This record gives sequence, structure tokens and C-alpha cells, in this order.
Amino acid sequence: MSVTTAIDWTKRRADRSALARLFDWKPFLVFICLLPAVGLLMTFLTYPLGLGIFLAFTDTTIGRRGVWVGLENFEYLLSDPLWWNAVFYSVFYTAVATVLKFGLGLWLALLLNQHIPFKSLIRAIILLPWIVPTVLSAIAFWWIYDPQFSIISYVFVDVLGWRTTNIDFIGSAWPARFSLIAANVWRGIPFVAISLLAGLQTISPSLYEAALLDGSTAWQRFRFITFPMLLPILAIVMTFSIIFTFTDFQLVYAITRGGPVNSTHLLATLAFQRGIPGGQLGEGAAIAVSMIPFLVVATLFSYFALARRKWQQGEGND
Amino acid sequence: MLKTTRRNAIGLSAATLAACAAAERAQAQAQTITAADATAPRLPLESGATLRMLRPVRFVQPDEDVFRANCARFTQATGVQVRVDFVGWEDITQQTAVTANTGAGPDLIIGFNESPHVYADKLVELSDVAEYLGKRYGGWLALAQRYGKRHGTNNWIGLPFGSTGGPLVYRKSAVNAAGYERPPEDLPNFLDLCRKLKQAGKPSGFALGNAVGDGNGFANWVVWSHNGFLVNEDGTVGINSRETVAALHYLKELYATFIPGTLSWGDVSNNRAYASNECWLTANGVSLYFALKNDPATRAIAEDTEHMLLPKGLASASPMAGLTLNAMVFKHSRYPNASKALLQFLLEREQMDPWLNANLGYWAHPLANYDASAVWTSDPKVTLFRDTMRSPFWIGYKGPISEASAAANAEYVMVQMCASVASGQATPEAAAREAERRAQRFFRRR
Repeated sequence: MSVTTAIDWTKRRADRSALARLFDWKPFLVFICLLPAVGLLMTFLTYPLGLGIFLAFTDTTIGRRGVWVGLENFEYLLSDPLWWNAVFYSVFYTAVATVLKFGLGLWLALLLNQHIPFKSLIRAIILLPWIVPTVLSAIAFWWIYDPQFSIISYVFVDVLGWRTTNIDFIGSAWPARFSLIAANVWRGIPFVAISLLAGLQTISPSLYEAALLDGSTAWQRFRFITFPMLLPILAIVMTFSIIFTFTDFQLVYAITRGGPVNSTHLLATLAFQRGIPGGQLGEGAAIAVSMIPFLVVATLFSYFALARRKWQQGEGND
Repeated sequence: MLKTTRRNAIGLSAATLAACAAAERAQAQAQTITAADATAPRLPLESGATLRMLRPVRFVQPDEDVFRANCARFTQATGVQVRVDFVGWEDITQQTAVTANTGAGPDLIIGFNESPHVYADKLVELSDVAEYLGKRYGGWLALAQRYGKRHGTNNWIGLPFGSTGGPLVYRKSAVNAAGYERPPEDLPNFLDLCRKLKQAGKPSGFALGNAVGDGNGFANWVVWSHNGFLVNEDGTVGINSRETVAALHYLKELYATFIPGTLSWGDVSNNRAYASNECWLTANGVSLYFALKNDPATRAIAEDTEHMLLPKGLASASPMAGLTLNAMVFKHSRYPNASKALLQFLLEREQMDPWLNANLGYWAHPLANYDASAVWTSDPKVTLFRDTMRSPFWIGYKGPISEASAAANAEYVMVQMCASVASGQATPEAAAREAERRAQRFFRRR
């Protein structure tokens, strides 16, 4: 049976055209298949990024083509207290908001992991702050923090009578900074909680049963089972969270516009303020580019500190 | 500023009808504007011309209706089709930049303030039209000349259409109760008035947050009323002066009398505080008054409200620079004559007067003879807006109008100088130095 077919088969092979052979060549095929994706990335990702980096080395303004000025923009930024102020607040905002988001988010995830009535409904409701468009929640917070018409001030002054003056949420530097962090935490908790909840549900109950039989306490079960098993997803979620928080824009821009006196400018809002309304495109781009090192460090930190476990890479017996 | 609700919208469309009817009447009224005989420049229209124009979105609905009607009449009279696109206020500067840099897009744009000066070499000179209109309507007012002419020359690159300023808005009852007939013009007494208002529990309040209109208006007043200024006449930075420091010392005392929270005020905050009886003296455009007047719930406040130009202080005129509509024609347009003819047509009394009336006084005219327009007598409380364009001050006073002065304005250099002193973060001297440092960056090579 096999003799004839074998002959036919070799014949067909010899007939194949050069084109067909080209398409059968694996490296070429890989290249062709990748082309659409690479093209899209080049057009919509690499080009704007490259242009942004290029602009950072020019003195382009809106309305005038710039000339190459090398590192001049960055030198100016290093001597600009406003930039240092934005760097400080960006780091502070990210650090405090991330710690709070993860503390509260993990706690919420643990609670949601219990058996409670209406479990799925409650989980859906928890997601609400994250689903609402940021600008919408920013406007809500803008009202909550309003110097004259804040609902919180209203409750304390007019309803409870505990204070005689309105609370000045965003009128001075530190209260404004913490008010914005509170708004960001409120928005960010659901993302952390739901992601960690997903992680919690992948932990096999048999581990807990075994621990129970060994007479472990609740804290020990958390410390030696829940936490280590959660670390991989924690690392990913934290990386995302840090990136989103560090590059946050809408909350700050909608609530304070970087005020009072620039004390709440993040690098992203400062870059926009200087680049678009201020018209200094080159300098705005330089501020945006100056965020990259911070983001790289933050990402590497969460990757190396939290995710470099042998067992996660499937080789060890940790 | 403008909130659209369903009830509002119904009211608006009724108002639109009324406005159109009013516009008919205004046509007749336009004859009350005196016009001298002047020879219009010869502008042979290019055959087959069609025009595309950008302008900022309306402030009130009749603004758009009358503007479109005026353009339709131009089409009727000349056969030149005109398409007008209304662009958001925040976007018009960027769209102008793109148009100028790419050499494509609309033939003409009505932009804001400094735009024609930034793109001067890409614009068609408008001197012939400007001179004709100046002759015909009693001359261009000071602010119009400043924004229309290229610095230090008599060449017109922009045609100002109108300007909106933010004078004092105050509650007559509160000011009278404090022992003043009206807010005083001199600085010590003005401070005294604000102190008394504070004692009476009816405080004043001016925006010191990042508010483009109100914040800059107030900060400029603080500095200009003490004879300080951001830029020297030659375009170098002159903010770090004895006058500025004196102004900031004064501000520190004045700020103590404000309603709490003005450091975080945006452009709408003072409107809200004023409308809810929390703030009794502020500075704002005419929009606040009309909002109060048209809402039955606040009509009593409107009746108690008066306007006054910002106190002169040490300056010779009230220190206020209106936001100015400034029209320009691009060289890339294939129909420059038709473009110029359209601008000229729109500024003639038959079109301009109904448009001024439709805007209820929000845009104040650039040409002297429009003082006689009915809009200024329609409501006595609006009359003082008539003189908005007589102001000898402009954004970036006393320097040439440029991209740099616009950038310093958009970056709140003056506002933040004031706010840092008011909040106690910086001494007046340090704040003036910091403002100088920031301004020097913008003015470094222009």
C-alpha cells in the first residue's frame, strides 16, 4: 500500500513552486504573521513614544517648530523647584496610595472570600468605584472637597455642629495632597480586591485542611499559606497599580489642577500643563520622559522583590 | 458656567425665537450707530470663492444664531458660501496652531488675544479693512489697537471682534452697610471695606486657584493696581520690582478678609459662592449677573447686585484686560479678498449691532461708535461693560504681545505668585523672584 503513495508524495514535493517553499520556511512565516501586529505597534505605540522622546530634546512650542537643544530641557528641569516638587509628590502619592490600596484591598479580598449571603452581588457592588469613569468620580470628589459646598463640611458644621468653619480640604498643600490620595485609594481598592480575590480562590482548600489538622492558628494559615500562594498575583497587580498610580492624571487635574500653588502636581499633570495649555511642548515632553526612569525602577522593584521565586518559574521545590 | 438642563433647553429655544425677533428690530436699531462716510477698500471677490471659518463656541444661544444669520446674509449679498465651525474655548488655540503650521484648513479663524501675533508671518495683513472700519465707526478702542496691530507698527494683523472683562460684582446692601456708597477706588479704603465686610460676616472673595479667567484677572489687578507689571516694554521680564513686592504685601492683608477656600477656587467657584449668599464681593464677567437674574430663586440677589470697574489703586485706569476675540486671515487661503470682505461685513453696523445685542453685553465692542448700541442701555447694570475695550492694559502688559506672554498667563505665573504669598508659603520678595525665574524661561529668546 505504501509504495505507490510514497512515490506520488515525493513527486508532489518536487512540483512545489518557490513561493510555496518560501511560505513553508518557518522564519519567513513567523515574520509574515507578526507583521500586522508589529505594524500596528509601530504606528500607534512606537511612533508617538519616539516622537515624544524626540520632542523632549527640542524647544518646540505649540505654533513653532523647535530646534534640537540636546539636554537643555532636562538641565532646566533639574533646576526647577516645580519639577522637584512634582517628583516628590508623584513618589509620595504612589507610595502612600499603593500601601493603602493593598492593605485595604487585601483585607477586603479576604472578607469577600468568606461565605457570606449575596456573595456575588456584593462582589459586583465592590467593583463600582472602579467601573465609574474616573472623570465622573473626580467630579464627585471635587464637590465633596469644595471649600464652600462640601457635603462633609455640611455634616460637621450644620448637622452635627462639631465645627464652626468648613473643612479646607484642597486649599492648602498637605490637606490637598492627602485628599487626593484618599480619592485615588477609593478608586483603586476594587481593582486590587477583585484581583486578589481571584488569586485567593486558586488556593487549594486542602492546604488549609492540612494546616488545620496540624493545629495552626488563623494568623499562621495566612502567613504560611495564603500570603506565599498569593505572592505571584500580588506582584503583577502591584506592578500595574504602581504604573497606574504614578501616571495618574484625571483625578488630580479635575480636582485641583495641580493647585494650591502647584503643591499637588504629579509629573503627568505638570507635563500636560506645561505642554498643552502652557504651549511649551518640548519641555512638557521632557517632563513626561523624566517619568520613565521612575516607572522602570518601580516595575523592577515589584518584579524582583516579589516575583523572583524559584517555584514560580517551575523549577524548584520551594 | 453654562449648564444645560431640559428646562433650560426649552427656555433657550424660546429665547432663540425671541432673540431672532429682537434681531429684526435690532436691524432697524443699527441705524442709531453713526457711521462716517469712508471708502471701503476694493476687494474684488475671487470667483467661486467659498470660505471656512472657525470661532469659539457661543456664550449664549442667540450669539450663534445671529452670527450664522449674519454669515448667511453675506452669502446672499455676494454668493460666497461661508461655513462656520464653533470650537471649544480650550481647543481653539491648538487648532489655530495646527492650521498655521500645516498651511491647510480654515481660511479664517476668530481666536483669542495673542493668536495673530504668534502666527504673524502666516497671516494676510488687514490694515486696509481695519483703517476703513476705524474711519467709519469713530476709531478702534485702545485694547483693540493693542491686539490688532503688530507690535510697534501700524500694520493690522488681527481684527478684534469684542472683549469680555471681569469687573467687581458686589451686593449693594452689604457695601452700604459697611459705610460705603460703592467700593472705593483707592487701595487702603478698599482694604478697609473688605475688612468691614468680613466683620459683618459677608466676606469678599477672589479666585487664587488655577482659574484661567478669574485667577489671572485678580492677580493682574493686584500687580497692575500697584503699578507693577510682568514684562518691560522691550519684552524683558520686569516682575521682580518694588511695586510688585508692595502689591504682594497688600494682597497678604487683603487675603485675610476673604471667604476661606479661595486658594482652591476655579473659574466657577466664585459664581457659586456669590449665588448662595456666601460671598458678597467678587470679580466676574456679566454672565454671573444674568445667571442670577434669570433664575427666580436668585432674582433678589441680582436686584441687589451692582457692577463696578476694578478699583484703580495707583494706576491711572482700572486695571483689567478683557479676553478678546481676535480674527485673522491665513495666507494659505485661496480667497483672501473674500475672507477680508466677510470680516468687514460682519463688523458693519447692520451685522455687528444685532450681534452685540444678542450677546447681552458679554462681548464689548472694539469700535467707538458702537457705544450707542442698544445693548448698553438695555439694563443699567450692564452699561459699564461698554468700556471693556477702553482698557490700556493687556495680558503681558507692558511688553509686546507674544506667545511668551500667553504662556505665562496659561501657566498661572502671576496667580501662583499671589497664591504663594497669600497662603504664607513664600515671602513677597521670594514670590516675586520665583515669578521672575519662571517668566524668564518663557521670555528667554523672543
